Amino acid sequence: MRRVRYLPWLYAGPTLLLLILFLVYPSLDTVRLSLLGPNSETFVALENYKYAFTTNEMWTAFRNNAVWLILFTVVTVAGGLIIAVLLDRVKYEPVAKSLIFLPQAISFVGAGVIWKFVYDYNPNVGLLNAILTGLFPNADPVGWLVNSNVATYALITTGIWMWTGFAMVILSAAVKDVPQEIMESARIDGANEWQLFWRITVPYIGSTIAVVTTTMIINVLKVFDLVYVMTAGRYQTNVIANQMYKELYINRQNGRASAISVILLVAIIPVMLFNIRRFQEQEAMR
Amino acid sequence: MNKIKKLLGRFPLHIVVITIALVWMTPSLGVLVNSFRTPQAMKTSGWWMMFVNPFDFTQWTLENYATVLTAQDLAISFRNSLLITIPATVLPILIAAFAAYAFAWMEFPGRQILFSIVVGLLVVPLQMTFVPVYTLFNRLGITGTFIAIWAAHTGYGLPFAVYLLRNFLGTLPKDLFESAWLDGASYWTAFWRLAVPLSVPSLASLAIFQFLWVWNDLLVALIYLGGTRRVAPLTVRVANLVNSLGADWHLLPAAAFISMALPLVVFFSMQRYFVRGILAGSVKG
Repeated sequence: MRRVRYLPWLYAGPTLLLLILFLVYPSLDTVRLSLLGPNSETFVALENYKYAFTTNEMWTAFRNNAVWLILFTVVTVAGGLIIAVLLDRVKYEPVAKSLIFLPQAISFVGAGVIWKFVYDYNPNVGLLNAILTGLFPNADPVGWLVNSNVATYALITTGIWMWTGFAMVILSAAVKDVPQEIMESARIDGANEWQLFWRITVPYIGSTIAVVTTTMIINVLKVFDLVYVMTAGRYQTNVIANQMYKELYINRQNGRASAISVILLVAIIPVMLFNIRRFQEQEAMR
Repeated sequence: MNKIKKLLGRFPLHIVVITIALVWMTPSLGVLVNSFRTPQAMKTSGWWMMFVNPFDFTQWTLENYATVLTAQDLAISFRNSLLITIPATVLPILIAAFAAYAFAWMEFPGRQILFSIVVGLLVVPLQMTFVPVYTLFNRLGITGTFIAIWAAHTGYGLPFAVYLLRNFLGTLPKDLFESAWLDGASYWTAFWRLAVPLSVPSLASLAIFQFLWVWNDLLVALIYLGGTRRVAPLTVRVANLVNSLGADWHLLPAAAFISMALPLVVFFSMQRYFVRGILAGSVKG
């Protein structure tokens, strides 16, 4: 084999240059900018971070991201797994799968419009309030997206609707990989379906569950579009990424926006390291 | 007798599965139905009333679509979305294919570390890059132009594209490439004659992914393009309409469906590749 030293760099070079230009250098520069003022001119040390951790708006955002993190992740992963296992047992699996997977093709903006109609206050428009007032004629409609007590949960529901199909597709492939012989011999030994699920399926696909969970965690930490379209962060629904957008684009506070991004990155770093380690283990096995 | 028993035993399963599927499609169905209803019908009765009187033709209309496409300029936004998405899909895949080939089949110092960095970059929040890249684009005077968004989507799309293609190329048999090189084929020839043709399924998965990701993107377009009608893609326009329509809110369902039409066609016609891409993209165990 002819070896040309510079050849790999010709093939990989354009990619490496673009990665440096659009991801590596900007990320490092953002760390620097987070220590500077609104116009990136004066040095303010940790002022922006202090701001990020002391304002009410940011605390609302942190709290909401935490609620998202728990509810969205648990429901999409557990729901996706349950649906995958159930669908595995019916003949019309492909059709049902398509329907549940479909929202993955839609933009957050489209999903936002779709669910704004579900949540509409007027029972002649909003399905949810139509059901509510239909079942309980004395009840008042609920302003799902404007009532601070429920608005974040309404947004999370929309997110779950969009992403459960993603979890389902990956977990379904893993479920189908569980060797049938193990299942059959356990059945012969008298195990019921519930035991099969917990004792065989779940342990067998453990690593896939971990992968899907990390993907969901990243999605949740970065969640922006849904909040932007459906409530614009009002009614106690603000999230970290939306606050970053506001600081950058509306308040023109480059320093604060940068500090918020860095906080977001720090939250994601554990997941990043987890991914890199998994990848290296995988490589070692090749 | 046993058969009936088995059927009855599975009855709850069918109920649960069908209920889940129906619940999942109901929200989209509602907006689809409403997009064809007159403002009057939309305001006075829920879309589900169409099951009661589907043949009351006074409720049906195409007016909403006509209005959003012309008066609200969604036809222009549709064109913009296409103009943004096609180059922003082709460019990163082309560039990434060369890099993936090098990472999979060439020896060079730092190969493992560089690729681990690519894996790390997969999850970097794009927010980390906005201020510096925005400043850079401003200095170059390309903020608000398609060039800016093509460049940004190319850069942002590369980690996933390289990751997916490299993993696929790495699974091809080593002998295949080595015998080609022994026969005197250059890296260049082996790339075009072996690597590319064999990766067509992976390239298709990747193309669908990148296409949907760019078409459905709101944030990157908001930051680098802004909201002017001349350049705004569908997502940005529809997001603006949500906040600005007011009394004309009856136009929203039609607007939303125009923004979803192409992704839905892609989804239904190429679901297999889409699923394959999702499976290959998750770091597998």
